[in-house]
Amino acid sequence: MRRIVSLILENEAGSLSRVVGLFAQRNYNIESLTVAVTEDPTLSRLTLTTNASDSQIEQITKQLNKLIEVVKLVDLTEGDHVERELMLIKIKASGAQRAEVKRTVDIFRGQIVDVMPNSYLVQLIGTSEKLDAFLGAIAEGAILETVRSGVTGLARGDKILSL
Amino acid sequence: MTEQVGENQDPELEQMSGAELLIRSLQEEGVEYLFGYPGGAVLHIYDALFKQNQIKHFLVRHEQAATHMADGYARSTGLTGTVLVTSGPGATNAITGIATAYMDSIPMVVISGQVQSHLIGTDSFQETDMVGISRPIVKHSFLVRQASEIPTVIRKAFFLASSGRPGPVVVDIPKDITNPLELFPFEYPEQVAIRSYSPSSRGHTGQIKKAVQLLLKAERPMIYFGGGVIQGNATEGLIEVARKLGYPVTSTLMGLGGYPGTDPQFLGMLGMHGTLEANSAMHNCDVLIAAGARFDDRVTNTVAKFCPYAKIIQIDIDPTSIAKNVAVDIPIVGPVDTVLEEFSRMLENSEAQRTPQQKEAVSDWWVQIENWRKQNCLKVNRPADSSIIKPQEVVQALFKVTKGDAFVTSDVGQHQMFAALYYPFDLPRRWINSGGLGTMGFGFPAAMGVQVAHPEATVACVTGEGSIQMNIQELSTCSQYGLPVKIINLNNGSLGMVKQWQDMQYEGRHSHSYMDSLPDFKQLVESYGHVGFSVSKVEQLEDVLAEAFSLKDRLVFVDILVDPEEHVYPMHVAPNGAMRDMWLAKGVRT
Repeated sequence: MRRIVSLILENEAGSLSRVVGLFAQRNYNIESLTVAVTEDPTLSRLTLTTNASDSQIEQITKQLNKLIEVVKLVDLTEGDHVERELMLIKIKASGAQRAEVKRTVDIFRGQIVDVMPNSYLVQLIGTSEKLDAFLGAIAEGAILETVRSGVTGLARGDKILSL
Repeated sequence: MTEQVGENQDPELEQMSGAELLIRSLQEEGVEYLFGYPGGAVLHIYDALFKQNQIKHFLVRHEQAATHMADGYARSTGLTGTVLVTSGPGATNAITGIATAYMDSIPMVVISGQVQSHLIGTDSFQETDMVGISRPIVKHSFLVRQASEIPTVIRKAFFLASSGRPGPVVVDIPKDITNPLELFPFEYPEQVAIRSYSPSSRGHTGQIKKAVQLLLKAERPMIYFGGGVIQGNATEGLIEVARKLGYPVTSTLMGLGGYPGTDPQFLGMLGMHGTLEANSAMHNCDVLIAAGARFDDRVTNTVAKFCPYAKIIQIDIDPTSIAKNVAVDIPIVGPVDTVLEEFSRMLENSEAQRTPQQKEAVSDWWVQIENWRKQNCLKVNRPADSSIIKPQEVVQALFKVTKGDAFVTSDVGQHQMFAALYYPFDLPRRWINSGGLGTMGFGFPAAMGVQVAHPEATVACVTGEGSIQMNIQELSTCSQYGLPVKIINLNNGSLGMVKQWQDMQYEGRHSHSYMDSLPDFKQLVESYGHVGFSVSKVEQLEDVLAEAFSLKDRLVFVDILVDPEEHVYPMHVAPNGAMRDMWLAKGVRT
């Protein structure tokens, strides 16, 4: 089952390598990873997605918690949550295709953020499924380049992850 | 970081270099001994060490031995072992010893020199990314960026190494940070707070109550404990609980001595080479309580067939150890000592809660266990008309000669299992071996560390001609410091455990498990100024051992030619065997 694990860790040299190293060392997989400093500059917030069974995710979260630099941790998929991923995509768009691409971008509530004579640079934000669906809707061969931020998210409601 | 000690510019504070800050911090931690080897990146530190006489340094002949010495010191005392090595090869040589300590949860602080800060990342001479290389095998590590951080980092390192589930901590210090020309004020923090680290101090009372209720209803109970009982100083609590319940007890390789080995409630070691009674009782039990044990694959045999009838209670300080390999019914996270003490308190006057049927069932269970025990699975089959020495007999003779009162270290292989099975330990911290990592070459330097910690004690290293050669250079260190350890070399001319597996699983094809060019060990140790004996006849065995142990202040190497055909039994049937499935002798299985 797909899990989104979100953690607060010390913003120190080497703490990210400990998290990533743990996954390699214990044979867990990371499907996406995103990390940045928080409003408190001593802390970073890291979100990763992984595929794991209930017992595996229990081990993963326990092992992550055991790392000295991991301060707090939550498995967002345990409760209601909002998840988002950002994708930038360069799409071939010339001639008749140009309007068709524009229409598809509108349907998916994407934005064209750069315009070239024969292509668009499109920005799209949503769940990973939505981004996948968009890629599916674009004609094969039209996709020139993509980059995805990896999933990030927060729990719904009053629940917060803080010190 | 919650404190920034050293930033304080108080003129009252003593000014000193980074190297001196380090040595002073180690003194503040109560470090008695440093095990190490100098080199370019740690020369400032060694110079600061030279100018004091509170900490005694032992110069080894290879950094791996320094870590094992510190490890033996730590295992036999419960204190944190401290190591000092240089950058690059000094650091990488220490890796095996750090991994050994990590796998067995041994408190250790390893200080490694690093190249100067401005050279880091340039592939400079003797540079290696020690923090990176050691990352998967440490509890934590630090790369010190500024000299002023040293006292706080050292305080944190010792705190982390020794608290919670203990483990090794690496502190990597670039050479420029220890420059004798740059001075900093010294102030040692009384305590450090690490906001993300708070090991539990007691178990959940509700869970303990549930566990006690389950134990009092058990009809075929079993107490299984491991190295956590030793590292967590929980021996007393364990004995109290076992006595109050009157239930059978078994130990992992790492737990031996945590419960008296000669006590009738003790069924011996369990696992791959466990006794028939311990493994059979494990398989058939209906309630299992695990204390400071982690259901290692060398214990469980096939996990899917492990303890098929048992409800399982598990006590461990480390939440990751709980339900990692085997599903657990009542998990209890907490220090094994306080948790077992709480068990013991709840078991006061618990007699009334046990039904007559339950008591009768437990007494039937004991009858069953005694039937297994009667099969005497550790019986040594001595050929009638031969003087050949059986390796088991060596350990039995060792027990007799040392009156069961020695510290015994071992290396890894058949001799390790013979030592574990044939030398019952009545006290904790007496049996010292590399259980988790299985490090050949561990036993001798570990024995040296034990001897440093206990100068008057009898320390024996049971080893084999394969393992001893992995750190035999330390004979020289022993000459230098007069460490009178006794080396009991079970010499069968081959890598015995490898050969045993080749006999059992590879139709006797002994691929590279032989030792064709052994030294004359007697002459070898004599060249270092030690005493050597060689024995090959069983009639001489006890006398020679007695003579060896009578030489209190000498290192004695006893080279004992043992039966090269001997296998270690019992042995789990694998693959796909359950706990109770064992080979009891060549071709004989349960």
